[in-house]
Amino acid sequence: MRRHKRGFEQMTNTCGKAIAVAMLCLGFLLGHALAQGGGELRFCLRTEPKTFDPLKVEDDASAAIRYLTGGVLVRVNRQTQGLEPGLAVSWKVSKDGRQISFRLRSGVLFSDGTPFSAEDVAYTVQQLMDPALHSPTGDAFRSGVGNVETNVISPTQIAITFPAQVAGLDRLFDQVAILSGRSSKKEMAVLGPFTVADYKPGASVLLKRNPNYWKTDEQGRKLPYLDSIRLDIQPNRDVELLRFKRGELDLINSLDSEYFDKLAATSPQLVHDAGASLDSEQLWFNEVAKSPIPAYKKNWFRSANFRRAISEAINRDDLSRVVFHGHAQPAVGPFSPANKFWFNSKLGPQPYSSDAALKALQDEGFRMENGTLKDKDGNEVVFSIITNSGNKYRERMAVLIQDDLQKIGIHVNVVTLDFPSLIERMTQTFDYEAIILGLTNVDLDPNGEMNVWLSSSENHQWNPQQKAPETAWEAEIDRLMRAQASSSDPKKRKEAFDRVQEIVVEQEPFIFLINKNALSAVSAAVRGAAPVILSPQTFWNAERLTVAAK
Amino acid sequence: MSLWQKLACVILTLVLCGSVAANWLAPAGYAKQYREATDAPPSRAHWLGTDEMGRDRFARVLYGTRISLLLAPAAALLSTLMAALIGGLAGYWGGIWARMAMAVTDLFLSLPWLFLLITARALMPLNVSPLVSVMVTFMLLGLLGWTTAARVLCTTAASLLGSDFVRQARAAGLPGQRLFWIHVVPNLKPVLYAQFWISIPVFILSEANLGILGLGVAEPMPSWGSLLKELEGLVSIGEEPWKFVPLILLVVVVTSFQVLLSKQEEMAA
Repeated sequence: MRRHKRGFEQMTNTCGKAIAVAMLCLGFLLGHALAQGGGELRFCLRTEPKTFDPLKVEDDASAAIRYLTGGVLVRVNRQTQGLEPGLAVSWKVSKDGRQISFRLRSGVLFSDGTPFSAEDVAYTVQQLMDPALHSPTGDAFRSGVGNVETNVISPTQIAITFPAQVAGLDRLFDQVAILSGRSSKKEMAVLGPFTVADYKPGASVLLKRNPNYWKTDEQGRKLPYLDSIRLDIQPNRDVELLRFKRGELDLINSLDSEYFDKLAATSPQLVHDAGASLDSEQLWFNEVAKSPIPAYKKNWFRSANFRRAISEAINRDDLSRVVFHGHAQPAVGPFSPANKFWFNSKLGPQPYSSDAALKALQDEGFRMENGTLKDKDGNEVVFSIITNSGNKYRERMAVLIQDDLQKIGIHVNVVTLDFPSLIERMTQTFDYEAIILGLTNVDLDPNGEMNVWLSSSENHQWNPQQKAPETAWEAEIDRLMRAQASSSDPKKRKEAFDRVQEIVVEQEPFIFLINKNALSAVSAAVRGAAPVILSPQTFWNAERLTVAAK
Repeated sequence: MSLWQKLACVILTLVLCGSVAANWLAPAGYAKQYREATDAPPSRAHWLGTDEMGRDRFARVLYGTRISLLLAPAAALLSTLMAALIGGLAGYWGGIWARMAMAVTDLFLSLPWLFLLITARALMPLNVSPLVSVMVTFMLLGLLGWTTAARVLCTTAASLLGSDFVRQARAAGLPGQRLFWIHVVPNLKPVLYAQFWISIPVFILSEANLGILGLGVAEPMPSWGSLLKELEGLVSIGEEPWKFVPLILLVVVVTSFQVLLSKQEEMAA
């Protein structure tokens, strides 16, 4: 018995030693692997990047490169949607919303070895706000006439003062990649996890790990784990999918529902549906007074009851299920429920009932005659919906809506136009009746949509550039949007924008149809991926990704 | 008539009859949406399955064939008449008229007709019914598709005028108008027929191309073009072979026209 016990003890000791050695080996190997690097991540850009200057970015491809290479003072965490320190360890926005002061990290170096200081932040802000540069990123900061003042208090402290209040000021710095004021390499000297190592126009962009990147992981290891990222320029989505299936690509950042299903059929473990995104698809009627459409049609389109009835006659569940194969959510209002802070949670799903829609129209004086709806003057209710040709999802939505409205006696002609013709009709000639298009939202803050909701704006699509608001509810939206933009109190801003959302849902100038889901695909070789709804969905945490050797 | 030509005749007759009888043969209207059975495989209820919006594919093939097969010959007739008018008369009058007509023809040939069609379609009023839209599409095709035929007819008419029998008729004092109707027009007929038959498959394919660009026949009306759009993004032939039926039908019909055309060419020769 004793012998057995001793034998057992010996065995336990031996096993323990073996496990300890194995653990050490594993730890060594893991450490070695991480020290060696996390391999090369490969994915596609759908277009050629137009610029490597982070201040001039306006296209998705350039934005992706800016995200991967640019160092920012503060970063919106794509998963929590909260604001996190970046190159700034802390920051403070003044009560009047005009000034922001940052305390910066010390000992940070640009990729070319030049030291980072408050002078670089001042240089970047001055460049950003230079009217001659026409920076799309800088436009978000332009709230009033006058110069932006930068006050470098010390190498690690800076205060920036804007001529007028900028709502959501701190979050805007998520898009501002800091440039070096001293480096001769200018935009090629970066503070982000990667640097641009090679660019073959029309073919690929190669990013290499930035050896001077300041960030470390919880164990103190230097980030990023990846050695490099290869971005192939590939506009053809079929080819992208095929290459992903062959293992030549590690991820597809944004998938269509059709491609998603195709991939899910064979490799369900590789696809990710992160749920409703911020993007919306909507239908709107032409309410422009000077538009060259018949007066009786203008009367229909300018009637909130007519718009509400149309909205109620549309089966959004079917749009989501049939057109997007379930990878979209019926839209509730102007903001997607995915926008955790700004979405008005009091808003419920839009009702669907052909009978109720017909009754509402009949209450307005419309009448059904031999299956055709006529207005009180006897005009048949016929209108056209235009959308851009080539977008099969919008074309399909239009056809489903055509069928839904046929049930209440409304005849819809679906017309697909090439995009320039559509834009000309929408913004120049106003020669259209209804349009289906989408809004791509990258900004969580409603200030990003000021150009949509202000009645004087060019992008107030249903009736743009009004000299004075033509309806009381548009005047109210103008007031509320300005109120939220001029307040630095998040609670007050939320209250104002909640009311805007309620008015939009009541008046339906945009009939919001669906919010598309954020769909992506990630290879099994990629470790650490956690796709989210905010852009960039799959590589938002690129610095922590690794790719296993194939 | 060879065996192949007889077979082509039978196929075209069958396809034409099937499309004309679509109202009786189709299990449902081409626009009827079975939203609970979208993209369904073939079944007893839907012989060729349903499309992405749950519409019966067999019904849409029948109605689409009717549209493409009836309107393509109409467009072909229009373009052939225009070619006869411009090319035939230019060849007959010769001289500066021929040079001017051929200059206009060359100008038309050099135009990027696809972009022209896209532009023309964009300029059209929006509120037109799908039927009017399809007729306008084919009319545009007909109005733009006469150029090649006009060149052929101009050359043929010019060579006819140089032929011995026309010279003899002129020498015998036959006036110009009678000469045109008695000697030129009858000899141009085989070429006109051939041009007409050639144009039909060309217009069917052109409409199909426009349909793929989303600029052909308006929804919910089907045409071969809109039916072929379903093949976009299909990566494997074996995956859903029933989706290839419109393509197979298009190939069979165009081939049948070509087989018949060889008969017309023989006649013309």
